[in-house]
Amino acid sequence: MKAVTSNERTMTIIQKPKKKSFWKTFVQQKYLYLMSVPFVLLVIVFNYFPLWGWSMAFQNYKPALSLFQQEWVGFEHFIELFSDERFYRALRNTLGMSLLGLTVGFVMPIIFAVLLNEVRLSVFKRTVQTITYLPHFVSWVVVAGIVTKMLSTDGGVINEMLISLGILDKPAQFMAEGTYFWSIVVASDIWKEMGWNAIIFLAAISGIDSQLYEAAKVDGAGRLRQIWHVTLPGIRPTILVLLILNIGHLTSIGFEKQMLLGNNLVVDYAEVLDLYALNYGIGLGRFSYGTAIGIFNSVISIILLFVANGIFKKYSNSSVM
Amino acid sequence: MRRHTTLSKTVMKDRLFDSFIYIYLLFISVITLYPFLNVLAISLNESLDTVRGGIHIWPRSFTLDNYKEIFQYDNLITGFINSASRTIIGTILGVLSSAMVAYTLSRADFQGRKWFSTIIVLTMYFSGGLIPGYMLIRDLGLINSYWVYIIPGIVNAFNIIIVRSFIDGLPYALQESAKIDGANDFTIFWKIIMPLCKPVLATVALFVAVGHWNSWFDTYLYNSMNENLTTLQYELMKILQNTSMGSTDPNSMKGMTADQLKTFVSPESIKMAISIVTIVPILIIYPFVQKYFVQGMTIGAVKS
Repeated sequence: MKAVTSNERTMTIIQKPKKKSFWKTFVQQKYLYLMSVPFVLLVIVFNYFPLWGWSMAFQNYKPALSLFQQEWVGFEHFIELFSDERFYRALRNTLGMSLLGLTVGFVMPIIFAVLLNEVRLSVFKRTVQTITYLPHFVSWVVVAGIVTKMLSTDGGVINEMLISLGILDKPAQFMAEGTYFWSIVVASDIWKEMGWNAIIFLAAISGIDSQLYEAAKVDGAGRLRQIWHVTLPGIRPTILVLLILNIGHLTSIGFEKQMLLGNNLVVDYAEVLDLYALNYGIGLGRFSYGTAIGIFNSVISIILLFVANGIFKKYSNSSVM
Repeated sequence: MRRHTTLSKTVMKDRLFDSFIYIYLLFISVITLYPFLNVLAISLNESLDTVRGGIHIWPRSFTLDNYKEIFQYDNLITGFINSASRTIIGTILGVLSSAMVAYTLSRADFQGRKWFSTIIVLTMYFSGGLIPGYMLIRDLGLINSYWVYIIPGIVNAFNIIIVRSFIDGLPYALQESAKIDGANDFTIFWKIIMPLCKPVLATVALFVAVGHWNSWFDTYLYNSMNENLTTLQYELMKILQNTSMGSTDPNSMKGMTADQLKTFVSPESIKMAISIVTIVPILIIYPFVQKYFVQGMTIGAVKS
C-alpha cells in the first residue's frame, strides 16, 4: 500500500507544472536512463536475441552460411522429432520426474513448515532452520557426489542400514539400476531444497491471524485440529500460487541433477528433454534439430502455464500472471 | 466428568503430537547433517584407512594429507582462482545492476519505466533454449573467454524485482527532500537509496555469489578446452564423473610398494576434500546473511 501512495505522490509532483515534452524530460532524467539502458540492452541481447535463433529449427542450419543462404525446410525437423523413439523416452523421463517432484516434492516442504511452526522452543526451531537451509547453498556437483557416496555399494550408509535392518541381504546397485533413477533424483532434490522451499510457507503461516487459533482453542480444538482448520486454510492461497507456477515449469525442470547423477547404465531413465537437445544439438552438431526440441519444450511450458493459470482464475477470481 | 476425560484426552493427544514433531524434526536434521559430517570425516582420514570402510562422522586416523594432495593440482588452484574472481566480480556487478535498474523502475515519473519493466519481467516466463543461447554466445565470440562467466548473467529479473519491492516500501519523502536540496538522480540513488537497501542487497549478493561459486555448466559448455579458464566446481565435476560408479577398487593398489601405499591418496578422499573446499566459503558467509535472506526470499516469492 505504502508503495502505491508514494508513487501517486510522485505523479502529482512531476505532473503539476505542465506536460513537458518527451525530450525535455529525457534530458532531465538522463541519470535514470544511464542507470537502466545499459542493463536493458544486456537483457535484450541475452534473453531476446536467442528467440531469433528459433528460426534455425525451420532451416538446415549450417554455421558457415549467412541467414539468406540457409536452406529452409519447414517442419521437417519437427516431423523427425515426433517420429523419434528417443524423443518420447526423453518426454516420459521429463514428465515422470517433474510429476514426482510436483507431488511428493511439493507436499514435503508444506508438512515440514507446518510442523516446524508448531515448535515452541525457539532455539530448537532456529537450529533446525539453519541446518535445513544449508543444502540449498551447496552445488549440485557436491550434492551428486554426496548422493553417490551415500548410495554406493561399498560402505554407503543407505546400503549398510538396509542390510543391518534385514531389508536387504546384499548391497543394492542403486546408481546402476535405471528403475531407481527417478526416485533418486526426486529424493536428492527434496533433501537439498525442502528446508529452503519451506521458507515461503513459514512466512505465510506467520501471517495468519492469531485470533483464529484462540477461537479454535475455545471451541475445544486440539493441535491437530487447529492445523487442519486454521493453518492449512490460512496458507491455501500461497499453496495454490506456487502450484500453478510449478505446473508452468513442468517441462523445464532443468538437467543439472540428471546430468550429474546419471551415467551410461541409467541413460534410458536419465535423459530429459534438455539433455536430449544438448546431446543432439551441441554434441552431434545438429543445431537445427536441437533447437526444434527446445521450441517444443518452451511451447509446452507456455501452454501449461496458461492452462494452470486459467484453472486457477476460474476457482479464485485472481490470476498469477 | 465426561467433559473432563475428553479434555485430558486432547492434552494427551497434544503431548503425543509434540513428541512426534520433535522426533520428526530431529530426524530431518540428522539426515541433512550426516552426509556433510561424513564427507568431512573422510576428507580428514588417511586414504588407505578409508578404503577399509566404516568411517562415519569422525576420522579414524586423522591426517591433512588429502588436502595437501589436492593443493598440488595446478588445475584446482586455477579453478579456485577463477571461481573466486568470477564470484567477486559477478556479485559486485550483479548487485549494482539490480540496485540501479530497480531504482529507476521504482520511480513513477521515469519515462522508460513501463517499457523497461515489461522487457525485464517477461524474461521470467520464457527462454530461447539451450541451442540458440549457445549459438549467441558463439557469435558474440564469448566461447573460450573468461567473460562468458560474467556478462550473460549480469542482469537478473528476479533480483531486480526483490530490490524494487524493497525500494517501493521506503518513504518517498527522503528522495523528495534530497531533490529539493538539488541532488541529481544518481546522487539520490547512491547516497540515499543504496545505504537504505543494505538488507535486501545482502540477500541479492548472497544469491548471486552462490550462483557464481556453484556454477560449472558454463565452464563445461563454453570453456572446457581451456585449462586456464577452468572453475573449481567443474574440476570437481570431472573427478566425480570419472569415478562415479563407486569408490576405489582395492585391486588397483595391489601392485604398489609400501612406499607408494604410504603416500597413496584415493580418488574417494580427493573428492571429499575438494567437496569440503567448495563448501567452506559458503559456510563462512552463511551465518552473516541468514537473517536477511529469509526476508528477501519472502518478498521475491510473493511478488513473482
